[in-house]
Amino acid sequence: MRCPITNESNNREARHEGVSVERDSTADSEDEEMSLKYGAKHVIMLFVPVTLCMIVVIATIKSVSFYTEKGGQLIYTPFTEDTTSVGQRLLNSVLNTLIMISVIVVMTIFLVVLYKYRCYKFIHGWLILSSLMLLFWFSFMYLGEVFKTYNVAMDYPTLALVIWNFGAVGMVCIHWKGPLQLQQAYLIMISALMALVFIKYLPEWSAWVILGAISVYDLIAVLCPKGPLRMLVETAQERNEPIFPALIYSSAMIWMVGMTEHSAVQQPSHQETNSDEEVGQSHHDNTEDNRNVVVPETEVHGAQSRTTSAVELEEERGIKLGLGDFIFYSVLVGKASATASGDWNTTLACFVAILIGLCLTLLLLAIFKKALPALPISITFGLVFYFSTDNLVRPFMDNLAAHQFYI
Amino acid sequence: MGLAVFVGCAFIAFGPAFALFTLTVAVDPLRIIILVAGSFFWLVSVLLGSLVWFVGVQLSDRGNPSLQSGLLVFGAAVSVLLQEAFRFANYKLLKKADQGLASISEDGRSPISLQQMAYVSGLAFGLISGAFSGVNILTDSLGPGIVGIHGDSPHFFITSAFLTMALVLLHTFWGVIFFDACERGKWLAGMGVVVSHLVTSALTFLCPWYETSLVPIYLLTAGTAAWAFSTAGGSVRTLQRCFTCKQKIDDRVVVYSALQAPSED
Repeated sequence: MRCPITNESNNREARHEGVSVERDSTADSEDEEMSLKYGAKHVIMLFVPVTLCMIVVIATIKSVSFYTEKGGQLIYTPFTEDTTSVGQRLLNSVLNTLIMISVIVVMTIFLVVLYKYRCYKFIHGWLILSSLMLLFWFSFMYLGEVFKTYNVAMDYPTLALVIWNFGAVGMVCIHWKGPLQLQQAYLIMISALMALVFIKYLPEWSAWVILGAISVYDLIAVLCPKGPLRMLVETAQERNEPIFPALIYSSAMIWMVGMTEHSAVQQPSHQETNSDEEVGQSHHDNTEDNRNVVVPETEVHGAQSRTTSAVELEEERGIKLGLGDFIFYSVLVGKASATASGDWNTTLACFVAILIGLCLTLLLLAIFKKALPALPISITFGLVFYFSTDNLVRPFMDNLAAHQFYI
Repeated sequence: MGLAVFVGCAFIAFGPAFALFTLTVAVDPLRIIILVAGSFFWLVSVLLGSLVWFVGVQLSDRGNPSLQSGLLVFGAAVSVLLQEAFRFANYKLLKKADQGLASISEDGRSPISLQQMAYVSGLAFGLISGAFSGVNILTDSLGPGIVGIHGDSPHFFITSAFLTMALVLLHTFWGVIFFDACERGKWLAGMGVVVSHLVTSALTFLCPWYETSLVPIYLLTAGTAAWAFSTAGGSVRTLQRCFTCKQKIDDRVVVYSALQAPSED
């Protein structure tokens, strides 16, 4: 899952306290002065959903024990970690990572090929199938575990009604039209559900190695000229189409007065920009008992927005972030809270690290004005802080707290 | 133990901090970013301090308890000094950011003043420091157990909560004083902050003799509050004006040309 971050604030609406934003079509000299394409407001528009997603994951991990129990492994990580020696375990986790990453690469390339040859129906069907899976099956499992934890008695008809309503409204909101905040809430919820599945089914060491490897892959795929995600972005830019909206989190509403034809066609949801938004989505469908099914994978990836030909464009543009990024951030923080013996200190440290990484990425986005991977910086900081806090800070703080010493 | 203790101690420890956060920081996105950046700096400083302590522990004789406690004190002192060093680094970064923001703004002025940044940075240090010190203790208070069963003080939770609150407020005040000291080159005030931090930390080493640790720390907090208030430009008069809600009446005549047409955007 790559993080596509796209900035689309391109208008006076995106002004913040004096940091004003200019239209893209200005001359280079003016661009040099107004080097920030958006203000702090847009950073916060991403902080809030990322924080919410992490809070949901952490709350679930801390209360529902199901997601921390070992329940088998995904078919993508076939090597077990219950080995006797450390070297064997390390080798197994590296092999698991290789398999997982190659699956992701293959899926991404498959998606890019499909997109290049305009097999939109196939892609849409794939996406709809994945969201169906997430919204109905995974949320059913999640509700079941929550009820078990809190010992709530529930009958099937009520449950069916609740799940049906939740899922149906979710499908409508995500794939068609719906209030922006409801759509954002659904996207956060499905990211959290996906992250919880990863936290449960990825073995310990494999999870950390996979997190590292996927940030490296994200970097390569988005920045290298022949990277699949970059090709996806460029293809969408050439065709002047928005990419699939279903798996990208958008922070603002777009009202378009006079759009180009192509952009109106692709996705009727009104939070699409007419710009080059590319969305690859990564998605894993996993069943509970190891038999694996599909793996629609898409990666989300965003590109810089451009002004359209229409003159009276009223745009309230915002930042877009791929759901894959939400998922992997939440996996990191969730794993930190599940397995770290430092308990809340480690979780807090990882949380701050990820937010700072996101902030830095958005700053780079503002400076370089092109699609950037959101995973590398945040995940690097997150991993560094996880291991150092768990191994260095935790014993220190525990010793201090035991004697009630404060620093 | 139980929910009552948890809620009570949580609000004692973090009530003022969250009130400050909600009323002053949460409303402005730039301040939230500065808050997160400040927390990051504190985390890095504690990381390095723990590294120093950890290396010391690894190299020393584990079986010697007095050596270990000496090492802990040393580690705490190093950590305090590193925190102040990173506060200075935070000041440098925010100063640069201030200049950057001023240069890209419309009217050449930064949207946030250095004093506001100082306050937010101090609050950031306080929040993350209090969180690291207090949250684990708070979660333990939810669970079953008897406090002080081995002869320790039974007031562990409530005193921890009060100490955490004092620490949060102290960090906020230190932030204001320190940034002002750096800005105006008042090195004495800067040293005063560092010494004050060391003294606070040293006082907590007198726990659980709470009369000698808690009371002086609160006196120090009150003193630092007054110092920070006067550094930020406050005085008895401004306090009076604030409490009697008197508005400052501006008698100047506004020149017509000084009026600006509302911007078209």
